[in-house]
Amino acid sequence: MPAALAATGLQKRYGSAEALVGADLRVEEGQLLGLLGPNGAGKSTLVKIACGLVRPSAGGIEVLGVPAGSIEARRGIGYLAELFRFPGWLSADELLTLHQRLAGSDGAEAERAELLALVGLADARAVKVEAMSKGMQQRLGIAQALVGSPRLLLLDEPTSALDPVGRRIVRDLLQELRSRGVAVLLNSHLLSEVELVCDRVAIMLDGRIVEQGAPAELSRPRGVEIETASGTQVYEGAGRDDVPRIVAEQVHAGGQVYGVRVLSSTLEDTYLEAVSGG
Amino acid sequence: MRVVAAYALQESLRRRVFTVVLILTAVFLALYGWGASLAFDEVTTFSGEGEQGNPVDAEVVTGSTIFGLAMFSTLFLGAVLAVFLTLSAVRGDAERGLLQPLVVRPVGRTQMLAGRFVAAAGVCAAYVGAVYVVAMLITGAVGGWWPDRVLEPGLALASAVVVIAAIALLGSIFLSATANGIGVFMVFGAGLAAGLLGQIGEALSSNRLEDIAEVTAWLLPFEALYQSGLDALTADARGFTDFAVQLGPFGGADEGGPLLWVWAAVYVGLIGLAARAGFARRDL
Ligand SMILES: Nc1ncnc2c1ncn2[C@@H]1O[C@H](COP(=O)(O)OP(=O)(O)OP(=O)(O)O)[C@@H](O)[C@H]1O
Ligand SMILES: [Mg+2]
Repeated sequence: MPAALAATGLQKRYGSAEALVGADLRVEEGQLLGLLGPNGAGKSTLVKIACGLVRPSAGGIEVLGVPAGSIEARRGIGYLAELFRFPGWLSADELLTLHQRLAGSDGAEAERAELLALVGLADARAVKVEAMSKGMQQRLGIAQALVGSPRLLLLDEPTSALDPVGRRIVRDLLQELRSRGVAVLLNSHLLSEVELVCDRVAIMLDGRIVEQGAPAELSRPRGVEIETASGTQVYEGAGRDDVPRIVAEQVHAGGQVYGVRVLSSTLEDTYLEAVSGG
Repeated sequence: MRVVAAYALQESLRRRVFTVVLILTAVFLALYGWGASLAFDEVTTFSGEGEQGNPVDAEVVTGSTIFGLAMFSTLFLGAVLAVFLTLSAVRGDAERGLLQPLVVRPVGRTQMLAGRFVAAAGVCAAYVGAVYVVAMLITGAVGGWWPDRVLEPGLALASAVVVIAAIALLGSIFLSATANGIGVFMVFGAGLAAGLLGQIGEALSSNRLEDIAEVTAWLLPFEALYQSGLDALTADARGFTDFAVQLGPFGGADEGGPLLWVWAAVYVGLIGLAARAGFARRDL
């Protein structure tokens, strides 16, 4: 089965600026991948290439087994840009109708109602875009990306304008999509959010992927902390499996153990370490 | 393409510029009617004195001159509409984030562009055609003068604004909205200047100037189309009347012939090819 998205050695140069310098990334079918990285790392550029808005300078990228940007590839994707705007004179329902026509979706009224309900805009179907708050527009943007039941969803910071309830809705939505087998590439700066929902996390820095794995893998053990009568002691590099041995050693040596803590780094630690070149 | 065209059409009619142009048009047509009636009144009193032996047909001179002015105003308003409907079609819309959600859909970029062009060209041509007909009816009702050819000048004007819309759409791929607007109006002005130059050349009997004007008019065929439309107004006038007819500002009337129509179509086609190539390569 081909990957939902497969980029190999992807490069993009804007004039003299290098946005991507050989990025390799795979998103499997039905996988939810979070792409992290500092401002200017090249996350949006990668996503734009994946949906055919930007042409790569070198390297290849396939979407659902066909070259990215081809009509066929675009038939299978849904995209929400980082910076987007919808025509102010369209209502939520009219906007989705337009995208249904463009996407060739025959979901009709039922699909539109379902999508608006999914993003919490069921009451706003007749509201014009110009009368919507930024957050409402972003919710509508997510609904728009889901038109035509795409198999790969490319979301570029979809929750940047959302309130906590909105973020929760999107999180639940992403989990729901995963259960339906939709692959998602999620660009985000919200580590906690990514850690909560993603199957896999990739960290991008200066145009390449520098770190990737499951959130749990990236939250590596950092050591074991033992609290004894003589103070606290840290066993660097030790993990949970080492705890019985360490405690036994302490007891054997006549120490009194008051507490044991396995230190694991958070995704944030790993992230900060990766992007600071550490 | 039909979906894009329908969307672009709906968008055009909702633009504020469309309302503004409609209001300007109403004002213009009202003033035109008033001016035309004054002009014809004056001429009737003047030509009533020496009816016999007057070699110049005052009615034809007045009618065609004033209607030539109306043609120019129509072209100008049509050009404003054409430019404002297309000036931000690609780069301007992309900068605002309006274009990306549409381009990502499984619709070819060429079709996207074609849809926008068809909508803008349709709106502009229909508008110009309508204003032309109304101005002609006013002239006929007020002064009893009708152009020698009824259809051709209107078609020429409509084609001229379609050419302008195509130029502006091409420009929108490479330039941001403001720069494109300024650029296309400068091109429009260059065409008019060429027409003026041609008139001066004719007055001075300078073949050189006339040649330059003619080449420019063909390079910017909206000007050649406009001149050809003006010419068709008095296609049947002969002798002194023909000589006395001073058609519109910015345009020594010049018959384009059938070749002009072919050239205009080819021109728009070439612009389409250039736009297609430019848009296909553009990062959004
Ligand atoms: N159209 C463009 N022209 C020139 N340079 C660009 C263009 N788009 C992006 N860049 C450059 O490419 C690099 C990557 O940009 P990109 O938008 O992909 O970063 P990002 O990871 O999405 O950042 P952010 O977190 O701020 O959204 C940046 O250095 C940026 O300046
Ligand atoms: Mg970005």
